[in-house]
Amino acid sequence: MNQRSSNLLDEALGLDQASEPWPLKGRVVAIEDRVETSGSFILHHLLKRSLSRNSSNVSIFIAFAQPFSHYDRVLRKQGWNLVSQRDNGRFFFFDMLKLQCPVGDEGITPGGGLIALYGKIHKTISALPEISQKNVSIIIDDLSLMEVAANGSSDHVLDFLHYCRTLTSEFDCSLITLNHEDIYSTEDGSTFLLQMAYLADILIKVEPLATGLAADVHGQLTVSNKGRNKASNFHFKVKENMVECFYPGRSRD
Amino acid sequence: MAAAKTRSSSFSGNLSSAASSLGPGLKCGPNGTVLLSSGIPDLDKILGGGFPLGSLVMVMEDAEAPHHMLLLRNFMSQGLVHSQPLLYASPARDPRGFLGTLPSPAASKDDKSRGPEPDQLQEKGLRIAWQYKKYFGENQLNFDGQRDGKHKYSNEFNLRNPLERHFINGQRVDCFSIQDSPDLSILQDRCTTFLSQLPRNDGSISCAGRIAIQSFCAPQCVYSNMEWEMLSFIRSLKNMVQSSNSVAIITFPPSLLSPSFCKRWQHMADTLLSVKAIQDDDKELAQLLTGYQDMIGFLNVHKVARINTQVPVILEATTFSIKLQKRRYLILECLNQAPVDGSSGTSYGTSGSCSSSSKTGNLDF
Repeated sequence: MNQRSSNLLDEALGLDQASEPWPLKGRVVAIEDRVETSGSFILHHLLKRSLSRNSSNVSIFIAFAQPFSHYDRVLRKQGWNLVSQRDNGRFFFFDMLKLQCPVGDEGITPGGGLIALYGKIHKTISALPEISQKNVSIIIDDLSLMEVAANGSSDHVLDFLHYCRTLTSEFDCSLITLNHEDIYSTEDGSTFLLQMAYLADILIKVEPLATGLAADVHGQLTVSNKGRNKASNFHFKVKENMVECFYPGRSRD
Repeated sequence: MAAAKTRSSSFSGNLSSAASSLGPGLKCGPNGTVLLSSGIPDLDKILGGGFPLGSLVMVMEDAEAPHHMLLLRNFMSQGLVHSQPLLYASPARDPRGFLGTLPSPAASKDDKSRGPEPDQLQEKGLRIAWQYKKYFGENQLNFDGQRDGKHKYSNEFNLRNPLERHFINGQRVDCFSIQDSPDLSILQDRCTTFLSQLPRNDGSISCAGRIAIQSFCAPQCVYSNMEWEMLSFIRSLKNMVQSSNSVAIITFPPSLLSPSFCKRWQHMADTLLSVKAIQDDDKELAQLLTGYQDMIGFLNVHKVARINTQVPVILEATTFSIKLQKRRYLILECLNQAPVDGSSGTSYGTSGSCSSSSKTGNLDF
């Protein structure tokens, strides 16, 4: 139905073949980026792929970073109208920008706000028609802001992610998260990132080139796909309506 | 034109929300954003027009030099000149005193014209059809603004002349000292009240506001060791700014934060800048750069705001020298490599923008 070209990123994720079941079904994808190279374009790309897959696919977007208008405009340039997808019940947007767990409520309702969020996600999925229940993608942008909302309690955030993991086995959802690698690279901070890397089936790292930033190449992607036992590394350039991926030294696939 | 709203092309969108409905000191930017000036015309050019409304600007200070104050002064003066409400918070006991050091706009006859005249530029090169001019970079838009004269989008500021009192009095200027606050709730309330006057709704924007917070994690502030609270405050300020017609600028000394939190703050910023002091007498730098004697510091642009788009802004150069022209006007210049002595065997350096290509380690920021 939709003619679209796949690129190296799709290949690395196994999305290049239009096969059933969806390669990301029941999988956890963790994206790690840095200040110099933002990884949010991968979220947009995966959202696009999820929406274009088949008409029963549903995406739940949990936003801590940007309001709906930003994603709407970005996806519009890629040919997707999020407003109409939302009206058709194929796209759910949870605006978490203002979520702030009250300080010191750990004893009574641990991670109060996050538990409510999980409940909301579970309820939304359960309310879907049977066919869509098996085709849900949960996208979180981004985890470091979820930590801020939880007042720094990375344990609560990890608990929340473990709960979401149960959804991937109960409903076969895919879970796609974004976090910032450079925040955790100090000695004592690396536990959270390691836990996330352990949890993930596919790890995508977005880094600048060793030589710095350039106009033609925005950075490099390293995709480790545990399911297919495969690691790939290639360069990328982000455009308004797509992301170009190519091996070093070539301008396109 | 009723159908225009449902069309996805940005071309028609821009036309229907034309600049006629924007207040003074505002202009349209890319991707449906509205920009306001930083108060430093060179910085506006570098950033592609100015700061977008709804964005958070963060400036990393250098403990050895107060250059971030220059940025703040120009930012605040520009807002007052355009009658934009201002909220200023600083760790000083009496922040209102700082308003006395704000510079006044340069008189028009003092304005130096740098660079080629707009007419000359438009003669050369492509002749571009009128409706596409707005997509071709900042230069075109800037020249239109300058010809206008009456309500300039951005002013040159004369740092030797203080801002006239009438710009400050009778204006919505709120000053707040953050030194003695035990926690950030009071500052948060002040920001909430300030921003509630500037809600964002579709349609015309008559007025935009500016928030300037100086040295946010300065050690004399009581809350400065409450790391997560400070981060929460920045996050909530960013959210409030995103849904209002305002720009917030926060300066902070990165050396006073733990590395991990420093990175978190950097990720929060939409636009991230840093200023660096320059040694008075650094022989190596003097040999490497032309015009070294006039430089008072370096400005580094780490991140430029990308609102409503996923494409990153890659600048030709990210490091600029800060100079005071005639000891009164703040200008930013690309670094130019000095001609190298032929006897050493290396080729003559060419002038032009160069960021990190052949520089030695002392310019790695």
